[in-house]
Amino acid sequence: MRVNVSVNGEPMAADDVWEGESLLYVLRERLGLPGAKNACEQGECGSCTVYLDGTPVCACLVAAGQVEGRDVVTVEGLAPAGELDEVQRAFVEAGAVQCGFCTPGLIVQAHSLIESSPGVPDDAEIREALAGNLCRCTGYEKILDAVRLAAARKNGPAS
Amino acid sequence: MDFLRPLTWDEALALKAGRPDATPIQGGTDVMVEINLDKGRPAALLDLNPVTELTAWSQEGPVLRIGAGVTYARLIDELGSLLPGLAQASRTVGSPQIRNRGTVAGNLGAASPAGDSHPPLLATGAIVEAESVRGTRMIPITEFYAGVKRHTLEPDELIRAVRVPVATGPQYFSKIGTRNAMVIAVCSFAIALHPEERRVGTGIGSAAPTPRRAPVAEDFLASELDWEGHRPLDPETALRFGEMVAAAASPIDDVRGRADYRVHSLAVMARRTLGWAWNEYTGRRQA
Repeated sequence: MRVNVSVNGEPMAADDVWEGESLLYVLRERLGLPGAKNACEQGECGSCTVYLDGTPVCACLVAAGQVEGRDVVTVEGLAPAGELDEVQRAFVEAGAVQCGFCTPGLIVQAHSLIESSPGVPDDAEIREALAGNLCRCTGYEKILDAVRLAAARKNGPAS
Repeated sequence: MDFLRPLTWDEALALKAGRPDATPIQGGTDVMVEINLDKGRPAALLDLNPVTELTAWSQEGPVLRIGAGVTYARLIDELGSLLPGLAQASRTVGSPQIRNRGTVAGNLGAASPAGDSHPPLLATGAIVEAESVRGTRMIPITEFYAGVKRHTLEPDELIRAVRVPVATGPQYFSKIGTRNAMVIAVCSFAIALHPEERRVGTGIGSAAPTPRRAPVAEDFLASELDWEGHRPLDPETALRFGEMVAAAASPIDDVRGRADYRVHSLAVMARRTLGWAWNEYTGRRQA
């Protein structure tokens, strides 16, 4: 089947999509967007997190046909080409990236947390928001630093 | 595989009548796992995302009618104070990404004995609103579960909504797992006090082929509690309640836990949630 979907603001069409295929497969294998990562395929690891109509979801658990006519934003679409979003910049500066596999999913999920928070979220809020994103390298401390840094730059200091 | 995409509820019912082998998909958090891991391949997917009627909830007297498309995230945000037990269970489902997509109706459709919403639905006496082109059927929650991952829906029926009574007393949910997120329950328990009827509701998860109540424990506790005088909970009563809840279970050993551990932890969870509920009940009434 054909799936028509807006990805990172651009109308796109994927052809020969199998009916049981996931949004993640369409993004990576048919639309050439390898940012969202494929790992557990069961919603456990969060490395495929993308925005669907503005809400962060695991792309591996969305059936391709379910995104017909809808709006998807991947890590590639958070900033204009060649530029970095504040969250991406903070991950680089804080050393929150080691092997990098979990990074795109964490960045989308952290981006969503920061966009929906009035100020700098506290540690409990950050941990809860990132509970479904697994990182096996960093021990998470640098990731928490990066989220606090990005939130402070985007939303100003905690009140 | 076919992908069916109804745009209205009537269209969905008509499609399901014509294709009773189609698997409904809402959040995809169970259905897609099965397909991705090749545990099963449905003949067709019936996508309910475009059916906007399903995303609404409404209060009808003492009952909340929760559309089959209401996500856990919205249930927590919008209905947390009216359905505290179900909201607590919803907060333990997966991760934010999963709660943004998953639904209580989907949990029912999957009918896993470990599903987090089942114990509070049992404790509160929920009703599953099933519909087909032949009409609507109200299925009491105790008659919904038929076995491991099996339910009593007819092949042409879809879940339209879940009807849950608004809480009239304290409700608590407890769940055992290896961490506080992303955990399938080793076992779980829900309690609901219904003070106006002097009644206790319970629900046991992941410790029998289906989610189930503990009726003997409910009756015992209802007769022991000092509903009028608000006497503090007798520790012996709490212990016996826990034992009776555990006795209602029939767990197995599996990858997530041993049967004897499940029996033990159910007794502990039942005792603890009762303590929380009774403290809230007596504290609130004394204030």
